[in-house]
Amino acid sequence: MTSALRRAAALLTVPVLLVALWWYSSANSTDFYRPPLSRILVAFRETWFGARLADDVLPSLTRLLLGYAAALLLGVAVGVAVGTSYRLRALVEPILEFLRAIPPPVLVPIIMLVAGIGDLMKVIVIVSGCVWPILLNTVEGVRNVDEILADTCRSYRVRGMARLRHLVLRSASPQIVTGARQALSIGIILMVISEMFAASSGLGFTVVQFQRGFAIPQMWSGVLLLGLLGVLLSLLFRLAERRILRWYHGIRAIEREP
Amino acid sequence: MLEVNALRKVYDGHGRRVEAIADLTFSVGEGEFACVVGPSGCGKTTLLKCIAGLLAPTSGEARIDGTPVTGPPTGLAVVFQEYGRSLFPWLRARDNVELPLRAAGLPRRTRHGLVEEALRAVGLGDVHGAYPWQLSGGMQQRVAIARAIAYGPRVLLMDEPFAAVDAQTRADLEDLIRSVWQRLGVTLLFVTHDIDESVYLGQRVIVLSAAPTRVAEDIAIDLPAARDQLTTRGDPRFAELRGQIYAQIQKAKHGSTR
Repeated sequence: MTSALRRAAALLTVPVLLVALWWYSSANSTDFYRPPLSRILVAFRETWFGARLADDVLPSLTRLLLGYAAALLLGVAVGVAVGTSYRLRALVEPILEFLRAIPPPVLVPIIMLVAGIGDLMKVIVIVSGCVWPILLNTVEGVRNVDEILADTCRSYRVRGMARLRHLVLRSASPQIVTGARQALSIGIILMVISEMFAASSGLGFTVVQFQRGFAIPQMWSGVLLLGLLGVLLSLLFRLAERRILRWYHGIRAIEREP
Repeated sequence: MLEVNALRKVYDGHGRRVEAIADLTFSVGEGEFACVVGPSGCGKTTLLKCIAGLLAPTSGEARIDGTPVTGPPTGLAVVFQEYGRSLFPWLRARDNVELPLRAAGLPRRTRHGLVEEALRAVGLGDVHGAYPWQLSGGMQQRVAIARAIAYGPRVLLMDEPFAAVDAQTRADLEDLIRSVWQRLGVTLLFVTHDIDESVYLGQRVIVLSAAPTRVAEDIAIDLPAARDQLTTRGDPRFAELRGQIYAQIQKAKHGSTR
């Protein structure tokens, strides 16, 4: 209990200090563009705890989750195929390197031409950025399946889907999770960016609207909300990771012991 | 039951040809416990992999029940030396034992009965829920043996399974293997570099020469079937057989340098 408290304290100290610093340094601010934090917080409550929650926050998050899930599926599926087949890897690796080097925001205009300006476009933008770290990490993970485990599967006739599920995916899971973690932060960025083009709802859209309408405290509150969402999502991610990679962290903890 | 006919294995790679096995011929009868010993680097593991269908021989063949081995045969289980790498670290002990049975499509109730029985047979009645890395080396190898038992093989291959555990554990595991073999009536081929172990365990010891490998001698172990660490190892006949095999291996080593 005390250790949990101590951990929470360690985790929160710096954020609390920074917020306090922001609060006091901005308390008497008369600068139009840098309003006091107190005003931003008031705007936060007024702006986000109303209709906007359903009209802007929810659509953004839905698109993010859809795009992220699709990227996860696509990245792992293609990654397993490429990682398993030496031939396929030799064939597609240069193309993958090229595609992944393209910054996804630059694809927005192109994707718009193909997919229109609706939700589909935004989801595709998110997929196009999230898929690469997942895919490339999956390839690495699948390639490094332990030889003796693979032999064990062969001699015990663990094949097909059972082999994929119990050997390939689990062996690669530490790398897949690493890729998925990188993809999550990319996804949040692309969620916002995709909403800055030709959008009528969403967090990115709203923040830009506020800025153009000189609703400065509201604009700040949007940025704050995005930051908080990022923290929340990464917490959720860590919970999932702890479950999925229990064995991995367990082994690492034992190896670290003197 | 198990025949090896004129088996030859040459590794070809990077412009270097290594003749691991020159010409091996021997056979093991139904229900027999045969040990294979030889100097290190004489291709013991290669031989075992060829019999297990994990490696294709350059020429010659292994046959089980008259059927040539072309891939992992049914009813054959392997216990590897590297227990740490042949158990799935993401599966609990019981799930490790169960996986081959699931892949074989056995119904749940049958599976659970077999797993329970096998774990009890190796003296691990109470660690079902532990992950392999939470267990000691000896216990991990017991789990691997339980997996082999539960699989219900007709042929069991063991590749230096006790090379990496401490002496005390090793003695326990040797006795365990004797009792498992006597109860299951399985045909057992046990590869080791330890002469004492081969004499203590086997009904027969096949002595290999140094690479390029041939059968140097095939010695019947005429010790009583009921063996225990004290009396058997104290038996004058044990010392005699041990000396005979030792001399053979020394001769085999010199033979290869000539």
